[in-house]
Amino acid sequence: MTMQERYPLAYKSYPYARSPDQDAATPTRHPVVVVGGGPIGMAVALDLALKGTRVLVLDDHEGIGMGSRAICFAKRPLEILDRLGCGEPVLDKGVIWNIGKVFHGEKQVYEFNLLPEDGHKFPAFINLQQPYFEKFILDRVHALQAEGLPLEIRGKNRVDAVEQDGDGAVLTVMTPDGPYPVAADWVIACDGASSPLREMLGLGFEGEVFKDSFLIADVRMKADFPTERWFWFDPPSKAGASQLLHKQPDDVWRIDFQIGWDADRKEEMKEENIRKRVGQMIGDDIGFDLVWSSIYTFQCRRMTQFHKGRVIFAGDAAHQVSPFGARGANSGLQDTENLAWKLQMIIDGKAPVALLKTYDEERIHGAKENILNSTRATDFITPKSEISKLFRDAVLDLSDKHDFARPFVNSGRLSVPCTYDNGQLNTADALPGGPARSRPGSPCPDAPMGDGFLLGHLGRAKDTRFQVLALDAALPAAFSAHGIDCEMIALETTGNDLLRERYLGEASSAVYLIRPDQHVAARWASFDEARVSAALGRAIGKEL
Amino acid sequence: MGHLNTTRNVPNADDVYAMLIDAHEGKTKDQSDAFNARLILTLINHIGDDAVIVEALAVAEG
Repeated sequence: MTMQERYPLAYKSYPYARSPDQDAATPTRHPVVVVGGGPIGMAVALDLALKGTRVLVLDDHEGIGMGSRAICFAKRPLEILDRLGCGEPVLDKGVIWNIGKVFHGEKQVYEFNLLPEDGHKFPAFINLQQPYFEKFILDRVHALQAEGLPLEIRGKNRVDAVEQDGDGAVLTVMTPDGPYPVAADWVIACDGASSPLREMLGLGFEGEVFKDSFLIADVRMKADFPTERWFWFDPPSKAGASQLLHKQPDDVWRIDFQIGWDADRKEEMKEENIRKRVGQMIGDDIGFDLVWSSIYTFQCRRMTQFHKGRVIFAGDAAHQVSPFGARGANSGLQDTENLAWKLQMIIDGKAPVALLKTYDEERIHGAKENILNSTRATDFITPKSEISKLFRDAVLDLSDKHDFARPFVNSGRLSVPCTYDNGQLNTADALPGGPARSRPGSPCPDAPMGDGFLLGHLGRAKDTRFQVLALDAALPAAFSAHGIDCEMIALETTGNDLLRERYLGEASSAVYLIRPDQHVAARWASFDEARVSAALGRAIGKEL
Repeated sequence: MGHLNTTRNVPNADDVYAMLIDAHEGKTKDQSDAFNARLILTLINHIGDDAVIVEALAVAEG
């Protein structure tokens, strides 16, 4: 039986191999099956397997897809990968950047600086071709598999059907040797924007479709453009209605041209035509190789619920945004960190199944934020009406001369981590004078700690323990409640101004209750067993 | 007599810009033009200082 390839591979990392499950008389049952071996699928599989759950990944291809695709990775996803043990290779290979410039014709009309702060292990952003990003996750998986990580990947295993009952699902999986059934207690669908599983379950995916198309040309060239994000409205090259230039590793540059909804895709994808556009932009005297090209259109949409029974959706399968702002893969990885500990606690019987509702709530909150920002940027770049274009052009005209108009220029607001304000798992802020950035619902900001960084000590990869972090406050030697033995971390802020600034603010002492995904569940000025216990119960869904 | 402020003064520029564009949603060209005229007059009244208006007219002139 031949199976159609949807895309060529950059790395054939997990060739098809016949599994004993294919010869079993009754379907073998797996605690967790992840559908899709992209970055989101692999990250959630690795997270759960590290916590001890046996995970099976089914991918309809045999490795990592070719093409740079997602290139901008934000600090929070890098911190997530670091917790899983693969943040450093991504950082080492990536190109760090902070400055973005926006031009209107030849004139610069806007500039942003992602303002690198001291005392973080990871920068605000790096650029890295997606295949590298995926490979570093997979390298980590392979290294840990050799040490017994309970994670299995099956290539050329395509899910063609799903049937659910109350406590699990049975998948019909197509392989080169024909179909076989796989039973699962939980299924995590990370099968991309056109998610077949979403279709099979008939779940809605509502939102806005934008009528424009963009040509990506990734080129390899020796050029002395700075390591900055440059975006042009009405570029002097006339090579597109807008154009983007952004550096990747290996002397590769991402170039995007806005070519309009009516562009003839076949004609535009011809190499001679792509080369002509690129030449128009960078000058005919600079030699370059065309590494990868693609034409994309985009949507901003999301599912109304992120799980249905025992099938849970994450990443592009659950929500899709336009690329302006780098909110696709970056938000998908935040889905995985939110889901992994909750599902693990449910599987372990430490938390009620209702905890999963808060995965929907918290990540839909994130998806809404991303869709809002990405829609606004897209409306600015691709105005949806005459009047919208009139105002857009007025902003650009005014921005040439006047500072006041520049904040309205929007070529993409870059991904920042989501804070789960008003989340049901949070306990109301009880640290008077505490900094806003570490309020309940926030991801813990990094800070220096000894020779390393604070986040290296928060959110243990291998379990779902909550942590109690004290700053200049006394803690008991041990604390457990609701069947959870919390890890106690007591720090002095003397000589560590950044730690004090990020966690104490105006307060003289603080105690934080921290979730396994490094988010703040609650905080107080001092440790009180009854209050910490109540907050812990709330944070694992006991009040839902 | 005041001066026109041409430094950034809108804390949530994206929210305000979206409100403006959304207000035009579903309007014909004529309706949008009339809406803009009413909006400008309303804001002129709020400013209430003809020296400032003179400067704003010059900015809009380009």
